[in-house]
Amino acid sequence: MNFSEVFKQSNQLCKISPDGKYLATCVQYRLVVRDVNTLQILQLFTCLDQVAHMEWSSDSLFILCAMYKRGLVQVWSLEQPEWHCKIDEGSIGLVSSRWSPDGRHILNTTEFHLRVTVWSLCNKSVSYIKYPKACQKGMDFSADGRYMALVERRDCKDFISIFVCDDWHLLRHFETETQDLSGVEWSPNGCVLAAWDSCLEYKMLLYSLDGRLLSTYSAYEWSLGIKSVAWSPSSQFLAIGSYDEKVRILNHITWKKLIEFEHPATITSSKAVVYKEVEKKPVIGTEDLSVHQIAMGSSLFNTKSNYEITSLPVQVPVVKPDTDRANPKIGISAIAFSADNRYLATKNDNMPQSLWVWDMQRLGLQAVLEQTAPVRCFVWDPCRPRLALCTGNNKIYMWSPAGCISVKVQVEGSFQVQSIMWHGSGDSLVLLGKDQLCLCYLATDEEK
Amino acid sequence: MPPSRQYSHSTMPLLPVSPYSGPSDFCTENNISECMLYISQLSSLGLPSIFYDLNGIRELDVTSALNGMYDLLQLQRRTMGMVEELEVEQLKVSSDLHCQQLSSSKLKDQLELSKKENIRLRERERQLEINVKSLQSCLKNEKEEVQKLQNIIASRATQYNHDMKRKEREFNKLKERLNQLLADRKDKKQMDVLNYVGRSDGRRSQWKTVKTDAHESEMYKTLLNEFDKHQKELMLENAELRKVLQQMKREMVGILSPKKHSQKEEKCTEFTDQQAASDEEESSEMSCEHAREKLTNSIRQQWRKLKHHVENLDNKSMVQLGREVGEEMISKDVHQDEMERLKMEIQQCKDFIQTQQQLLQQQLNTPCDEETAAVLNDCYMLEEKERLKEEWKTFEEQRKNFEMERRSFTEAAIRLGHERKMFEEDRATWLKHQFLNMTFTEHMAIKTQNALSDSVQEQKH
Repeated sequence: MNFSEVFKQSNQLCKISPDGKYLATCVQYRLVVRDVNTLQILQLFTCLDQVAHMEWSSDSLFILCAMYKRGLVQVWSLEQPEWHCKIDEGSIGLVSSRWSPDGRHILNTTEFHLRVTVWSLCNKSVSYIKYPKACQKGMDFSADGRYMALVERRDCKDFISIFVCDDWHLLRHFETETQDLSGVEWSPNGCVLAAWDSCLEYKMLLYSLDGRLLSTYSAYEWSLGIKSVAWSPSSQFLAIGSYDEKVRILNHITWKKLIEFEHPATITSSKAVVYKEVEKKPVIGTEDLSVHQIAMGSSLFNTKSNYEITSLPVQVPVVKPDTDRANPKIGISAIAFSADNRYLATKNDNMPQSLWVWDMQRLGLQAVLEQTAPVRCFVWDPCRPRLALCTGNNKIYMWSPAGCISVKVQVEGSFQVQSIMWHGSGDSLVLLGKDQLCLCYLATDEEK
Repeated sequence: MPPSRQYSHSTMPLLPVSPYSGPSDFCTENNISECMLYISQLSSLGLPSIFYDLNGIRELDVTSALNGMYDLLQLQRRTMGMVEELEVEQLKVSSDLHCQQLSSSKLKDQLELSKKENIRLRERERQLEINVKSLQSCLKNEKEEVQKLQNIIASRATQYNHDMKRKEREFNKLKERLNQLLADRKDKKQMDVLNYVGRSDGRRSQWKTVKTDAHESEMYKTLLNEFDKHQKELMLENAELRKVLQQMKREMVGILSPKKHSQKEEKCTEFTDQQAASDEEESSEMSCEHAREKLTNSIRQQWRKLKHHVENLDNKSMVQLGREVGEEMISKDVHQDEMERLKMEIQQCKDFIQTQQQLLQQQLNTPCDEETAAVLNDCYMLEEKERLKEEWKTFEEQRKNFEMERRSFTEAAIRLGHERKMFEEDRATWLKHQFLNMTFTEHMAIKTQNALSDSVQEQKH
């Protein structure tokens, strides 16, 4: 693995272009576009204020920079650096801004979710969508970019509107039987829309593209319900993570529960491999604490770590959540399928240092990774069954079916990895620190 | 008349009634007649009178008196015997009674104990029942509480929902108001762009007069495509599963058929016929209900049979195991018996084998010499054989050599013949020349010489 040099970034705003050629970063109010391989600065744009959100258009030609405080959105073109576009929402405020899938329309959500304004870069048309709902995931585009599902709320009732992204024509509009619809997500094949209720009620609704209700699923009532949802890349499975520390997998034929994955505190009989991160801190005698040593700044923080395979039964460290507070830190907060549909990675919030990997072919636990610090971010390689994760220290960890490694980020100074992004080809990783970023180039013949 | 016996005190049976305290002073010289009257009580005992009347005077008849005494003695002996028996019986009875008393007292004690136990158990049962009742009532209370809490939760939830809806309506009103105010403000041109860019796919943007039907049809097309794909996948899966089922069925039939009896073989063949028929049906890939049901039913049937068979086998082995694991005493005995029996059998077999060996040995021993000699010879024979083999080899080689030599000789002979012929021909020509070249007389002289030499040569040959 090779590590690039460290660059500055602010706000964790760093995105690779969809075509994989460029890397855009925001430093305060500047937008820096680099080439991914050479990391040379290709373009430099200056925005009017500190950028809160930055996004590439789908054809990698434009970059959107949104400044929520000022209610401004600025769009930059890579092809024509002198081209400029500024959208000012004015006093109506701006809460979120995003591209449409065709890369020519910008959807701005105003403050208090008063409306969604669709600005077109091709012509003068402006569309307004009323009554959008302020919820966890109120808007989702289908994978082919043709349809958009929007959650609306009128008269204390939830509705879903399906728009055709070509001309923002309303295709379907229907009411949902939910108390408080909290999110929608299209299946990767674009034919099924999953809609789920807020955590006060466990309810998952599945709608067909033409608005028919296909199925309803509710695992239990009264206790806190759905916390996270993920579709498998082949649209075969829908994984629902809930506050009862279980992931339920629904199958796409009957929309009934296929299997339930539990996250017990003690793992006993299982074919899973448990990797435990073991840190070896170098022992330093008091005589060595000379000024020279400290000035070098190295050895004290150079803890080496590697993975040990522990034999079952294994106790997973559990952090009991505070039951008095809302949104307790318990339950499955993150689910991700691998690109080949074979593996599922889950994180249980009251076992924050552990990451569970499940085999979807065998429908059983494949591996458990126990880290020394809470797992902050985990992302699957877009091409291979390889998982990269970080825990906020200076190492990145990778799991693949062959094994698990931990690699220290070899850069100057300290670098605490807060989040990870894969390049579309799966050959490199973008590591984001608090206000730094660096690239990690992986060797093509992978590690053990 | 019983002989008069001389009784001594020692042989006399004991008088139980009163210890012999010396001769009685019942009869004295004076009161003989009163004594005689007294003794005449004998007659009340059924003995003949001891008196005989002689002239109206009752005189003592000694013989009859003695007889009477003898009878009395006999009687006394008999009664003594009876008394003994009675005494024995009485002892027996008294000891029986004693036993009975003991046992009855024991039983009484036991009865007491069991009564106490009974009372204790009843008491315990009563307490447990009370416990159960109290627990049940607790449970009922808990259930009621749970129900109450659920009702409370439900009512609170409805209340919250109602409140939420009220707040939401207020909020919506606020939003509308805000929207209105902001819209009224009429902000200036909000989007400032240098120039409008073309669409990403290069098409010109269309007017909104495009009919909505196009969108609908697009959407339905997408859905239909997806359904088609899905259906194809399912059909493939279905076909594969059907193949697997058929294979399973065939294998199951194969496993079951050799174990079935002849009666069932008919069924089996019948079944295979059916199966062949159904295979044909299915191979035509008509997924009609009938064929599908047939297949699944037949599989279920076969599986049931197989399961039954396996269960039987399991039971047999379990029974054997059970016997060993269960009641130890009996099974051990049975086990041991079996072991003994088997050991005996083994011993018998061993003996049998031994005898057979001996017999065989004997049999071998009589024509033993030849045999052994033959056997021994065999050993030597081996050596000889080896040697012979080698010799054969050498013979073969020599023969080959001889063959070759003979061949060469024949060739040589043939060549020789040829040469001789040539030579003869040459000689003939030479003679001819000579003859032609020389005169008659010379010729004649030479001819005779030649004839002589020829004959000499022929003789030599």
